[in-house]
Amino acid sequence: MPQATDAEDGDGPSDGVQIDLISGERMEGMATMEKIRMILDGVHDGNIVILEEGLTPDEESRLIEVTMAEISPDEFNGIEIETYPKSDAGDSSLIGRIMGSESSDAKLTVIGPANQIETLHKDETLISALVSHN
Amino acid sequence: MGLFTELKDSISRATDRLFTEQEPKRIGIYGPPNAGKTTLANRIARDWTGDAIGTESHVPHETRRARRKENVEIERNGKTVTIDIVDTPGVTTKVDYEEFTDEMDKEDAIRRSREATEGVAEAMHWLREDVDGVIYVLDSAEDPITQVNTMLIGIIESRDLPVLIFANKIDLDESSVKRIEDAFPQHKTVPLSAKEGDNMDEVYDNIAEYFG
Repeated sequence: MPQATDAEDGDGPSDGVQIDLISGERMEGMATMEKIRMILDGVHDGNIVILEEGLTPDEESRLIEVTMAEISPDEFNGIEIETYPKSDAGDSSLIGRIMGSESSDAKLTVIGPANQIETLHKDETLISALVSHN
Repeated sequence: MGLFTELKDSISRATDRLFTEQEPKRIGIYGPPNAGKTTLANRIARDWTGDAIGTESHVPHETRRARRKENVEIERNGKTVTIDIVDTPGVTTKVDYEEFTDEMDKEDAIRRSREATEGVAEAMHWLREDVDGVIYVLDSAEDPITQVNTMLIGIIESRDLPVLIFANKIDLDESSVKRIEDAFPQHKTVPLSAKEGDNMDEVYDNIAEYFG
């Protein structure tokens, strides 16, 4: 059972798990690498990062690549990331993309350190996760 | 057939090849670790070239470098389709060396995990830059709705790459092809057992149709 053991730090981060909820508006003007850096810096600090509008497929692909480069034995095992799966094929229709409806694909995304977050259940409408203290 | 006719036919075939044949399409075999990607790549390569591509193992991340088998000629219905097969390392968002310590000592496990992370990054790079189509391999005995599968299918779709989903390991009792079809109804799912060689005719028919 995770416990806050560092009494001297009082209300320091070791007393709990920090959750950062990041709005779509905050992410809007950021470059891909700025987003990835923000996510991974948070995760390295043991935080759970929740993105209101998630990442584009290309950004997700780069997030995996950068995560892999930062994995280090006994220090950082990578990330756990969850978004809802696509509900049907209509989401990726050519017309949808031509009409610029990419933002409608945006889905809430939860990212955390792989050793602290465990997905218990996931379906098209629900993500249930267990977050533990490191 | 006269010499002149033969010569004319031969020149005609050569010109046809010059002007109609394209570079073989590079087809990436993607999927999570232990889905049977290398077993499939070896099955295809052995069936059509006689050679294998890589080593198969039950330990995850056996394939830690993308490997290409060039000019695999698949014959279907009198037509020949030539593709390059790229067997890629299994994609994941996490690698813990302790996963391997039951099978090897710590030093080897750390080395394997480091190579695995490089392999995943390499696989992602190939997907963004260097493949013309994707065979997405899933273990049909496992739940297909995972984040890695959802993300990778999304990445493949965003690049408008033709994709076939292969529901592998249908020889296992727990196999459920329907679970995969339901998870990704927007794509064609082909059941098979790469290990046992089950349903390979349908596999090759679909490869020829989608990537030919």
